[in-house]
Amino acid sequence: MASHDHQTPPFFKRGLPPAARLTIYLALSFSLLVADLRLHYLETLRQALSVLTYPLQIAAATPADFVSNASDYFSGLISVQRENKRLKTQQLNMASQVLFTEQLQRENIELRGLLAMQASLKVRSTAAEIIFTARDPFSRKVILNKGGQQDIEPGSPVVDPLGVIGQVTRVFPLHAEVTLLSDKEQAIPVIVERSGLRAVMFGTGNGLMELKFLAANAEVKPGDRILTSGLDGVFAPGLPVATVLKVTRDSAESFARILCRPTGSVERNGPVLVLSRTGPRPQRPADDDSIDPRRASGGRIRQNKAEAPASAPTPASAPAPAQSVAPPAAASPARKEP
Amino acid sequence: MQATHRSSRLLLPVRISFVALSLIVALGLNFVPVGRFYAVPDFVALVLAFWCVREPHRVGMGTAFIVGTLVDVVHGAVMGQHAAAYVLLAWASIVNSRRLLWFSPGAQALHMVPLFLMVQVVMLILRLLAGHRFPGWEYFFTCFTTAALWLPTYYLLLLPQMRPIDRDENRPL
Repeated sequence: MASHDHQTPPFFKRGLPPAARLTIYLALSFSLLVADLRLHYLETLRQALSVLTYPLQIAAATPADFVSNASDYFSGLISVQRENKRLKTQQLNMASQVLFTEQLQRENIELRGLLAMQASLKVRSTAAEIIFTARDPFSRKVILNKGGQQDIEPGSPVVDPLGVIGQVTRVFPLHAEVTLLSDKEQAIPVIVERSGLRAVMFGTGNGLMELKFLAANAEVKPGDRILTSGLDGVFAPGLPVATVLKVTRDSAESFARILCRPTGSVERNGPVLVLSRTGPRPQRPADDDSIDPRRASGGRIRQNKAEAPASAPTPASAPAPAQSVAPPAAASPARKEP
Repeated sequence: MQATHRSSRLLLPVRISFVALSLIVALGLNFVPVGRFYAVPDFVALVLAFWCVREPHRVGMGTAFIVGTLVDVVHGAVMGQHAAAYVLLAWASIVNSRRLLWFSPGAQALHMVPLFLMVQVVMLILRLLAGHRFPGWEYFFTCFTTAALWLPTYYLLLLPQMRPIDRDENRPL
């Protein structure tokens, strides 16, 4: 008698019911979501999985690249000749500028020496190419063909021949992810060229950018050029970022609404430069949370802040009376904590 | 098993290696860079849902979770976003599998539209909760293009299981 025990025969064994499995896997997914969004624990897992998927990604990107380049290939002699002519003229212009730049640089070093200021930011640039746009419709990111093996560091600014386009946010062994300036979570400290106003610029998420926290009567008008201010110690000062497109001054709000169009071809593919710093990072003035007596006596905050830059060596790019300019986001243009 | 429950045509059993291969090809198709063109079908969701409907005992929520995580990594999305959406898709496909197989492939495609729409809505809700911006209504085109591909996918993926029809007057099937 084999069937004395009243267990179900294996014929009917199907494991957990679908609803139970759904609950388990959904719980797993949500814990992944929280670990990634709130705690940022999953970068190593992401790195490991990216090594797995990279061959597939390249296999998918290569034919697409070929198709998009095919039009260039067959575009004909005339357009190539035209481009060649334009590039030659550009090269001539650049050559004269480069000659002047060398002279100016020497002069600048001497003058800085005379004034006993710190040497200005030295950057090492790595040429890279945008291979494709990341397919997440909620953010604006592109993928570069260079990564950790070519010494790309997270946080490095990325520029194209016209201006800043974004910042490296994730570095994988063979490729890197750049968050474009038009991403909603990307901020960059800037200065309005004409009036010298300092501000922070945020992406709007639809290809434009917005200059935030400027008073309603701020000296900004359409057509103004916006440059990096270099206050963060990440972006070199003076890189073109955007031009002002539209200024809306509403008396009901205390801040002006200023829309800007990026100078660099932010949303297009092509060759870019990743600027990484060679020297050590300049010491930042003490952060807010490191100032202890802050809560104890509100009156001494100002005093403390005024002392902080005097004790720490001030970065040459950041002039001493620069506090109280921008909200804390200006100090780190890296991604906001959501 | 038959192609649908109504048809009298018998199919060969599916090879699990073919299922894996089709999922890898779908992953590759999903990784093709298309820039900011929203109406691109979600091939992984399509193939995953297809196998969940055809083979609910072999392909299920575990596969959906793994594949979803891989898509998250490559798309630069938040980890768990596609995983959660695909797990829900797999569950809905498995639960509806027996009913769906009574319909013709075209009617099945119509039934899949709400399921693919659910994938999109789940991802949208997760990202809006995370503080992102609504990407515009064209975001929802994906579910229609994906469902439109159900019919070609149906014949393409069932092709290896088909046998030539040899009519035998003395045999009922």
